[in-house]
Amino acid sequence: MTNWGYRINKDRQIDFDRNDRRLAMYIRKYEPSYQLCISCGACTATCSTGNLTDFYNIRRLNIFLMRGEIDEIAKHIDKCMFCGKCELVCPRGVNTRKVILIMKEGIKKIKHNEQL
Amino acid sequence: MNNFDIFVLPFAIGLYTLLIVFIAKAYDWIKHLPVEDRRKIGKGILSRKIFGVFKEIFLESLLHRKIFKVNPLLGYMHMSLAFGWFLLIIMGTIESKIYGRDLLNAPWDPIFFKYFMHDTNKFHSAFFNFTMDFLLLFVLSGVGLAYAKRIRAKIFGLKKTTKQILFDKLAIFSLWLIFPLRLLAESLTAGIHHNGGFLTGGLGTLLARFIPAGHFEYTAWWLYSLSVGTFFFVLPWSRYMHIPTEILLIAFRRFGLKTKTGFTNFSQIEVYSCPRCGICIDKCQMAGDLGNEKPAAVYFLNSIRAQKVKTNLSFDCMICGRCEQFCPVGISLNEHRMIQRNKLISNSYNFHFLKNGSQPKAKVAYYAGCMTHLTPSIKKAMIYILDESRTDYVFLDKDGGACCGRPMMLSGNFGGAEKLIEANKESILKSEAEILVTSCPICYKIFRKQYNLPIRVMHHSEFILALVNSGSLSINKSALRAVYHDPCELGRGSKVYEEPRELLNHAVDLVSSPYEMENALCCGGSLGNIMLNYEEKDRINQSVWKEMMTNHPEVLVTACPLCKKTFNKNAPLPVKDIAEIVVESMKVRHLTTTSKITVTEAAL
Repeated sequence: MTNWGYRINKDRQIDFDRNDRRLAMYIRKYEPSYQLCISCGACTATCSTGNLTDFYNIRRLNIFLMRGEIDEIAKHIDKCMFCGKCELVCPRGVNTRKVILIMKEGIKKIKHNEQL
Repeated sequence: MNNFDIFVLPFAIGLYTLLIVFIAKAYDWIKHLPVEDRRKIGKGILSRKIFGVFKEIFLESLLHRKIFKVNPLLGYMHMSLAFGWFLLIIMGTIESKIYGRDLLNAPWDPIFFKYFMHDTNKFHSAFFNFTMDFLLLFVLSGVGLAYAKRIRAKIFGLKKTTKQILFDKLAIFSLWLIFPLRLLAESLTAGIHHNGGFLTGGLGTLLARFIPAGHFEYTAWWLYSLSVGTFFFVLPWSRYMHIPTEILLIAFRRFGLKTKTGFTNFSQIEVYSCPRCGICIDKCQMAGDLGNEKPAAVYFLNSIRAQKVKTNLSFDCMICGRCEQFCPVGISLNEHRMIQRNKLISNSYNFHFLKNGSQPKAKVAYYAGCMTHLTPSIKKAMIYILDESRTDYVFLDKDGGACCGRPMMLSGNFGGAEKLIEANKESILKSEAEILVTSCPICYKIFRKQYNLPIRVMHHSEFILALVNSGSLSINKSALRAVYHDPCELGRGSKVYEEPRELLNHAVDLVSSPYEMENALCCGGSLGNIMLNYEEKDRINQSVWKEMMTNHPEVLVTACPLCKKTFNKNAPLPVKDIAEIVVESMKVRHLTTTSKITVTEAAL
């Protein structure tokens, strides 16, 4: 077939009936306070890494988590410097550092095809 | 003198088993130590340090000086058992050598002496009979106190005692019977053969009047031997393994071995040296304020020894250092927590976004740290002080920067922490500063311990004190009643207790609180504990506030931005950082020269 130079864009549709909720369920089990998040953005404003990069913050990770985009989380989660500022400013009392730790463990288990 | 009867066998089997097991374990431990550690041991044995080792063994393993400091009655109990038993063995050995004809005696000769030796009409008999009975009474007083402690720990100033595992229960059961059985056996023999002292002789005569002592004498010695034998046999698998292991620990520690970021056999020796005394449970604020004693240091060490360390337990610790401070054996508990965390988590990190650009140069580098950025009042106060004192400084992380790395270390990710250290060190060295000043004790601790900087590192309280002492800053004293809270990372963590107080004495009327210096309480805001939720941290904080209010201060002064933020949540009083207090009491001095005055090492 002739290559006409048209590009086919990747499908950016997220099907909430069929997304990968393994990691979300894992976190819900071990640190349920993550569900308290109201996306207020205080964590984003104060994030040390977010200040030095253009992408990373824990609020965004929550969105990836709900959508089931575990690969996106894995790409960015190692940037967290664990400073703890997000936890101090959170108005809802989410235990953010524990969430990051558990996410990292969950991702490791998924990569090794272990039971979550 | 060949004293032998078949009843000595349980004792002998127990003793020889213990010796063989311990020597084998010690050999295995030492053989697999890292090479530098073994070299240190070799050098240490042949040096004067060996005197320090014997001194510490005498003062701590026998006299239990550190436990006396926690509670005198508790110290007496442990001392009477340890030192009393030690003296019984020494005196007993001398006694059996004097009565016997050979220089070498079988190990059971001193233990069962009164059974074999009935002729006590020698000139030295009165002395030995008295001394041995006195020492037995001494030990029995400790045994009695030990029974009491199980029933009412409160008399010893402890809120709780340790929950015992099976082998410990077996060991304690046999240990608690040893000396009462010795008393019984010796007394029965004394009642028949009149070879006792004031205690055994008196009791023996009494017993002989009411019961046929002859029938029971042999059985009593059998029971005594069985109890000692059982105790020795079970010892290597129980808490009492600390008795021989502690000696190795004291010696190796004095020779320079340490637990740092890896679990070596020295760390294993530390784990086996835990006597499960329970003082750590008493000092832990989570056990006291939250009623949660499961993650206390003693149970944590138990889990390391059993090789069943659980994530929840190793992360549920504030790393405040209170347990480590009061541990009578001096186990480096904080390091052990972090090492186990390191083993349990995935040590991944990705800090490629840390770029190091050019760095302006100055004599003093000020590093605010993540937490100070979250408490801008401290930042403003520090900048004011630095400007007013005409210090030549550069604000390293003015627009935010990389975290110092200690929170990462506390979470167990040593690899990530190393990377952060590398990046920050580069920018510190590029500034060519002579002094690094930080307003956060968490950063201060890691700068001092892990960064290996060739320049001087100061906490802002030390630095401001130096400015005041050198005349670059002048402050007025007010009548404000202030109480100072020692932050965990600055106080117990870095041993900086005096400088903040000295500085505050220039500015306010400092009052004391019941928990100060090494005994200070943790504010609860710890970055070391990943498991606590905000409500539990609040509870701890509220009980700390109660203690701080004891002498009716008007303001609480902290030296740590995290403490300040934590205390502010439940504050009945204003909470101020040291820098803010200094700013409030400063008079602005306008200097005649226009050049910047640098704070050099000489002035300090």
